[in-house]
Amino acid sequence: MALVQQSSPHAHNARPTSRVMLWVIIATLPGLLAQTLFFGWGNLINVVWCVALALAAEAAFLKLRNKPVTFFLKDNTAAVTGLLLGLSLPQFAPWWVSGIAVISAIILAKQLYGGLGANPFNPAMVGYALVLISFPVAMTTNWAEAAGLANAPGLGETLGRIFSASQTSVDGWTMATPLDEYKHKVASHTATEILKHPTFGDMVARGWEWVNLAFLAGGLLLIGLRIITWHIPVAVLGGIAIMSLAFGNNPDMHAPVQLHLLAGGTMLGAFFIATDPVSAATSHQGKLIYGAGIGILIYVIRTWGNYPDAVAFSVLLMNFAVPFIDYYTPPRTYGHHKARRGVPGRNGG
Amino acid sequence: MTQLWDFSGGIHPPENKHQSTSRPLRRASLPEWLVLPLQQHIGEPAEVVVEVGQRVLKGQKIADVTTGMGVPVHASTSGTIEAIEHRPVPHPSGMDDWCVVLKADGQDEWCELDPVSNYKQLERDQVLARIRDAGISGMGGAGFPTDIKLRPPRDRKVETLILNGAECEPYITADDMTMREQASEVVAGMEVMAWILRPARCVIAIEDNKPEAIAAIRAAVENTQIEVVAIPTKYPSGGEKQLIEILTGMEVPSGGIPADIGVMCQNIGTAVAVSRAVFKGQPLISRVMTITGDAVQEPGNFEALIGTPVSNLLQEAGLDTGKLDRLVQGGPMMGFTLTTDAVPVTKTSNCVIAATASELPPPPPEQPCIRCGQCAEVCPMELLPQQLFWYSKSTEFEKAEHLNLFDCIECGACSYVCPSSIPLVQYYRFAKGEIRQQQAEQLKADRARERFEARQARLEREKQEKEERRKERARAAAEAQEKKKAEAQKAAKEGDASDERSAKAALVEQALARKKAKAEQAPASSDQGESGQVEKPDIEALEKQLAQAEGKLATMEGMLEEAREQQADNVEKLERAVAKNHDRVKRAKETLEKAREQLSNEPTAG
Repeated sequence: MALVQQSSPHAHNARPTSRVMLWVIIATLPGLLAQTLFFGWGNLINVVWCVALALAAEAAFLKLRNKPVTFFLKDNTAAVTGLLLGLSLPQFAPWWVSGIAVISAIILAKQLYGGLGANPFNPAMVGYALVLISFPVAMTTNWAEAAGLANAPGLGETLGRIFSASQTSVDGWTMATPLDEYKHKVASHTATEILKHPTFGDMVARGWEWVNLAFLAGGLLLIGLRIITWHIPVAVLGGIAIMSLAFGNNPDMHAPVQLHLLAGGTMLGAFFIATDPVSAATSHQGKLIYGAGIGILIYVIRTWGNYPDAVAFSVLLMNFAVPFIDYYTPPRTYGHHKARRGVPGRNGG
Repeated sequence: MTQLWDFSGGIHPPENKHQSTSRPLRRASLPEWLVLPLQQHIGEPAEVVVEVGQRVLKGQKIADVTTGMGVPVHASTSGTIEAIEHRPVPHPSGMDDWCVVLKADGQDEWCELDPVSNYKQLERDQVLARIRDAGISGMGGAGFPTDIKLRPPRDRKVETLILNGAECEPYITADDMTMREQASEVVAGMEVMAWILRPARCVIAIEDNKPEAIAAIRAAVENTQIEVVAIPTKYPSGGEKQLIEILTGMEVPSGGIPADIGVMCQNIGTAVAVSRAVFKGQPLISRVMTITGDAVQEPGNFEALIGTPVSNLLQEAGLDTGKLDRLVQGGPMMGFTLTTDAVPVTKTSNCVIAATASELPPPPPEQPCIRCGQCAEVCPMELLPQQLFWYSKSTEFEKAEHLNLFDCIECGACSYVCPSSIPLVQYYRFAKGEIRQQQAEQLKADRARERFEARQARLEREKQEKEERRKERARAAAEAQEKKKAEAQKAAKEGDASDERSAKAALVEQALARKKAKAEQAPASSDQGESGQVEKPDIEALEKQLAQAEGKLATMEGMLEEAREQQADNVEKLERAVAKNHDRVKRAKETLEKAREQLSNEPTAG
């Protein structure tokens, strides 16, 4: 009788990493749908292009590292990295800009650190920050106008624009983002004057508000499925809101809180990017500190920095702080009076 | 309504309990052979008190623990002792251990029993002695001797006695069926334990997925002070620490025992055994065991004699050997795999799962940890399993210990939910084992160092003491000289004044003679160290010295030869020693000759 010998537990549930990532992909679909409905085909093309390139780059590097290629490709994590870049890059970002972002995300930020689980920084945000610093013009002038899918350039035209060598033909389709517009006009204009710009629309930020609400819905789905916990998104949004109310409650001086929450990459960042578990803090308390740090930095950079949006920089800066946060925020274990903070031998409780 | 607390984390694995609760409790048929392990409890193994070939009666003591912690083992049926030998026992390591093999004679003849109808007339110690003599140790898993557990230290008064009927592990229904069918014995056993401990509160806690058991126990506790509490079904609510938190809101301190906070947990089966020991006088010779899994056709619970081979029970439950893939003793969360079904039922065996390959499939290959934190969400001890894994894998044990690795109860909830199918518990067991080994080695090294330092100190002390003694002797000798001189002077003074001159002359003469003798003695006494005070040549002593020196030389030469043959590394040293002894013998001979000469010249000089 050849009996299986195995260490306990013998039972396992059935939600592997690949399925977790699949749920993350599904949860982004409302946001992608909203982006397409308001801003045209750009994001969808970016997503397809970035995901394909991410999988190719991952496969090539796994092969170079002598790792089982299909085993790792099937975990869907490279696809998620590509997807997040496709969702956050400007709609008309040229193919090579998104290409450089994806390849540096997968190879520099992920594989060179040892692949899945070993990267200290959020790969998608490394790629994003790299192209944002390297190609600031391409990254700020290629945002689509929220004209609606019917009025936006068609699929073929968009493809041509993204993959063509020259970028001069379609300037009429782009428009400054609400955050950018507000940031540049607030010094010389009143809030009423600024908000007359068509990028703001009738409510908060035309198109952007729906995209952000769709990402919020997707994020709530992830919380409901217990794929992420509420701590990081709530802390990020709370950090932005508290900073905004504390320092910028005069719309003539600073962008109002609703614009901060519903424009730019706020919801995508709070629910899908800051929550990347590999590079985020570990304990509940740590996640709150990590998320709040991201929220505060987003506000600080948007308000007093040079960039209109700041999700990538804020996430990366807080990634740096994660080991430190982790050392000082372990939970209190059952049967102990207090948590054992710090490192062994120093400040050990 | 009793107030309940919740413990953090926990999981809801498929219960798989209905398979084995659909049939009533069955009495397992009498096996031909019984195998009774001598160690079924924590502590010292029991020593056999019967002989091979001896006939024993059912309930007769066949092994006992005389020194140290432990409980006796009894014959589960009447028959003949066939062997006392190594047999496979249920253990995670698949090891063999000493067992008594009993051939049943089929008569199942009881030995004389001594039941008590009113135990309250006895002393508490007498009841505890009965519990011990009945061979009762905790039947939930660890097997701690029950009589010792029921004697908490004086400063640890038990305020809450809990009977743990949670049975949160999937598949296992032994306690459930016991409570359904033996509720009165469960309650009677608990009352005995409560009488011993006199707690303020007695609770029987049952997970709310066992309504029949709850109803049966509720009916049985009428007219008693015992509370029956239905607790929410969540694994691992039956973990001692978790159950205490659910019922009292208190936490057992890390490294402590429940008695530290005035709580004690007992097992359902243990309560039944206590009841039988007291009211029927029967020792612990049987227990209820679940036989389940998809590889058996009639899963259910058996009242089986201790020592019954598991293979017999599997046969009775209709085992399909072709479908069998894995035999798990205990539950699917914390149980261990058996290497053979030849192991016997022991006092701590509660369940065997005969699982098919599709029922408990091998886990998929391990993937990298993505720190998703699912494990931390379900950890009932509020640990950070992902960090413990990280540090265990990278053998940074200090950091793992800092994050309270040793508070892990190995419930398996983290491994159960891990999306990367990492065998987390196995990593923690590895780390704990390594740390324990390192600690043991450290202790050994510390002891060796202490021994070495103590030896160095002793050698140093001895050297100093020798030096002290030498100085002391020298001082004493000098004093003696002074005294002699003073006496001589005193004698001279006391004598006639006219004799003064002659006395002085005599003194001078004496001194001169001594000096001369000393000068002659010098070459011989130079390496005698402290014997420099010899004034006159003593032939006998010198001859003795010579003989000694010659003897020593002979030994040295012998040793040298031996060393040369074996090419030992002390040859050089020995050569030097031999040469030195040669000199010594030569000098001793010379001295002896000189002394003889001197004696023949001055026969009166004695």
